[in-house]
Amino acid sequence: MTISRRARWILGLISAAVLVFIYFPLVVVVVNSFNASKVFSWPPTSFTTEWWTKAATNDGVRAAILTSVKAASGATIIALLLGSMIAFAVSRYRFFGREPLSFVVILPIALPGIVTGIALNSSFNTVLVPLGISFGLFTVILGHATFCIVVVFNNLLARLRRTGTSFEEAAMDLGAGPFQTFRDVTFPAVRSALVAGALLAFALSFDEIVVTTFTSGPGIETLPQWIFNNLFRPNQGPIINAVAAAVLVAFIAPVYLAMRMSDGPGRVTQVGAEP
Amino acid sequence: MALDTTTPTATSPEGSPRSVSGFLYRHPRVRLAGLLTAPMFWLVVLYLGSLAIMVLASFWSTDSFTGSLIKNPTLENYQTLFRGQVYWVIAARTVGIALAVTVIDMVLAVPLAFMAAKVVRSRRIRYAIVIAVTMPLWAGYLVKGYAMQTMFINNGVIDWILEPLGLKGPGLGLAAVVFSLAYLWLPYMVLPVYAGLERLPDSLLEASADLGASAGHTFRSVVLPMIVPSLIAGSIFTFSLTLGDYIMVKIVGGTTQMWANVIYDNVGVANNLPLAAAAALFPITVVVLYLLAVRRTGALENL
Repeated sequence: MTISRRARWILGLISAAVLVFIYFPLVVVVVNSFNASKVFSWPPTSFTTEWWTKAATNDGVRAAILTSVKAASGATIIALLLGSMIAFAVSRYRFFGREPLSFVVILPIALPGIVTGIALNSSFNTVLVPLGISFGLFTVILGHATFCIVVVFNNLLARLRRTGTSFEEAAMDLGAGPFQTFRDVTFPAVRSALVAGALLAFALSFDEIVVTTFTSGPGIETLPQWIFNNLFRPNQGPIINAVAAAVLVAFIAPVYLAMRMSDGPGRVTQVGAEP
Repeated sequence: MALDTTTPTATSPEGSPRSVSGFLYRHPRVRLAGLLTAPMFWLVVLYLGSLAIMVLASFWSTDSFTGSLIKNPTLENYQTLFRGQVYWVIAARTVGIALAVTVIDMVLAVPLAFMAAKVVRSRRIRYAIVIAVTMPLWAGYLVKGYAMQTMFINNGVIDWILEPLGLKGPGLGLAAVVFSLAYLWLPYMVLPVYAGLERLPDSLLEASADLGASAGHTFRSVVLPMIVPSLIAGSIFTFSLTLGDYIMVKIVGGTTQMWANVIYDNVGVANNLPLAAAAALFPITVVVLYLLAVRRTGALENL
């Protein structure tokens, strides 16, 4: 389509406006974290790093970060194992129920988080609690892993489809068994897709709050839960702001890296999902 | 050769791993079973099983004195939901918000995606735009929620921007909820539309222009019909995510209630899991019906 100069300018302006719309509120959060005012005020009048220091030394924040890291690590490890197993099965074998299986993998993020949350909550209540397993970090990891599987699965599946099987067949023809073929041929080809999937799964879990709310028990507070609980407490505004800004800054590098390593950041399920 | 080590011998250089390897090589079904057992257990038993228990729980009731579950099947919860006028109001409001959010996101996403996929020539800039849209997905839901609160709160950033014009922002409430949810889900709409436009061959656009269509006409008669599946794919996310959201409305909604608040409040404050489970079937039903309705358009391949 031949697009006139004018149409091009208008499109460019709209696009720029949408990008500003996306980033402006985030920039405000970062800028306001250096605002010296004790209550919310905009625009900032004087500069301070007091809130960053307070946030960094806050016991609640530290405990919450630790809990989040534990939960995200556990969920990522499970998601890596299960997600890659399904991706290999779906891409390398034909079997009964292959299509429904791909659908079930996507379901935990296609359905609203509250549905997954309450479903797990009711089944844990009915099955795990009578067995003596109470709600806590373990149940949070179970919940998070369920919706993290899809991220690993989609990243790896895209890579497996792109690389095909010819190298593996060549390796087998040259006498390598399944293990050696996997170690020397398949794994190096999919390594970066696995890293991308793992980083995104970690980020997804680290950010999650809905499923967390329904699967965590007393004494367990992840970072998003900490932010949420403190939003409604008085005088916590500046510290929340500093924590929010820190989360933003901390996540830029790994997520950018993950997107560079995945195959084409054009699909939601490949790069992201439900909070 | 691995292919003909039918019986592992002592001379086999790797010993027993090689026999396992050979066995697996000759039995693809065993390999498949090994790959699928654990994930199937997780997804089918743990996840689908949980959904089934939730559906089952929606037919239970709670003892009003002890709060414990009574596992005798009853339609009580569904009767409560269908007869309570407040539930109809909340359901209608939630669907209305979801529709508004979806329309806003479509209007914002199409120009940006078109710019990235069809106007920008440089591959680097194209990727930069896609990454710029995707990055905020990972910025943290609550961080964005907090950001929206600073925008809409009384004397917040929007009031500050509008002040020179003599205007005032809408403050916390329904408008803030719609705007904030549209803000949160925008990337989910941009990405499928971008992918759809990228697949649209440039030759079609050129043919349309050669046959005398204006840019606007080409957009209406060629581009728009071709990206309908992508728009539907995006709307699955915007719709489903809005139906399940109860947090943003707490942060920026003032006293506004959405459907997911009904679910949340019944699990937490009211300690009525069966009623919450019954309420959770509403978003599931809407999403599943929507998925079935749009299955033929090919939208599901665009997720």
